[in-house]
Amino acid sequence: MIYLELFWSFFQIGLCSIGGGYAAMPLIQSQVVDTHHWMTMTQFVDIITISQMTPGPIAINSATFVGIQIAGIPGAIIATIGCIVPSCIIVLTIAYFYYKYQKLTMVQGILGGLRPAVVAMIASAGISILLLSFFGNEPVSYQLSQIDVFSVILFAASLLVLRIWKVNPIYVMLGAGAIGLGYFLLF
Amino acid sequence: MKREKRTEKYFYGKLFLSTFYLSAFTFGGGYVIIPLMKKKFVDQFKWIEEREMLDIAAIAQSSPGAIAVNASILIGYRLAGFLGACITILGTVLPPMITLSVISLFYTAFRDSAAVSAVLNGMQAAVAAVIVDVVISMGVGIVKSKSILSIFIMAAAFIATYFFEINIILIILVCGILGALSTLVQQRKKKKGEQRQ
Repeated sequence: MIYLELFWSFFQIGLCSIGGGYAAMPLIQSQVVDTHHWMTMTQFVDIITISQMTPGPIAINSATFVGIQIAGIPGAIIATIGCIVPSCIIVLTIAYFYYKYQKLTMVQGILGGLRPAVVAMIASAGISILLLSFFGNEPVSYQLSQIDVFSVILFAASLLVLRIWKVNPIYVMLGAGAIGLGYFLLF
Repeated sequence: MKREKRTEKYFYGKLFLSTFYLSAFTFGGGYVIIPLMKKKFVDQFKWIEEREMLDIAAIAQSSPGAIAVNASILIGYRLAGFLGACITILGTVLPPMITLSVISLFYTAFRDSAAVSAVLNGMQAAVAAVIVDVVISMGVGIVKSKSILSIFIMAAAFIATYFFEINIILIILVCGILGALSTLVQQRKKKKGEQRQ
């Protein structure tokens, strides 16, 4: 029963990938490539590349992609559901307790310790994306001569627009995408 | 939990559309969605407080599964209970499903297209700007709180994640314990002060 296998595989992926993002990658590989042979390694690397280029979490992207290749649209839906069911159960349980006990001094203390750490992690993710954007996809070494000046200007302009005029970030992204395309077509 | 938001006009529609939008523009997954959610739900709609958004980020990060999905479950549940969570899950999952379904039809052409990667490169620079913008606002907030412990945790956690690539779960555990310990110390000080009086 292919639907059940798809569901179970992605259920395990959803359950075991803590930390999000690339933490899920080795798990997906072991389920999809090594255990079930649903895809070749080349196809798997393609999924990673496409996931980097398209919106959405990598686990959901690969669930859709693998599901559709194996069993069409129903396969994609079932694999995606399998992927998010563990999150739903666990996160809703935590949310229930969080809203029940968040007023306690001790819970407030623990969360007070976590908040600055979250800001730090967002900063760290931001710098990784910044470097990826300034130096392209293969930053072997960060040398100033390899810097993509166009991306740097686009970044600085976007940041200025965001901080001074508080423009909706989605418009800023769309605008930057359009400028990127215009620059490519012109030069 | 506040539930009065349900009476707002087009509340569910707004909730679905905003999560759908955010998910459609979250390239690369992971933490990118948190600053976007903060802009939408804290700054624009004012449905959630900034500190609560950070709590949501911490829970989303330490639970299994994709951060974007976890965070949207929490926001939906916070705003409108179980139904709200179902709506935000749908809004978050649909954009990648639609995109990937279309791409799977002609994915080699997509992967090799120079025009597509030019658009995506431009957007990547803007995504980086959005994150930096939000980090500046939140970092200034932490520094202004003048809590030495908070500033120390922020600096140490940054060094630990960025330079040493230490497991995020471990960092969250340690910071939680630090927060708990400082609360214990404060409570003890308070008790001693009361005894003296």
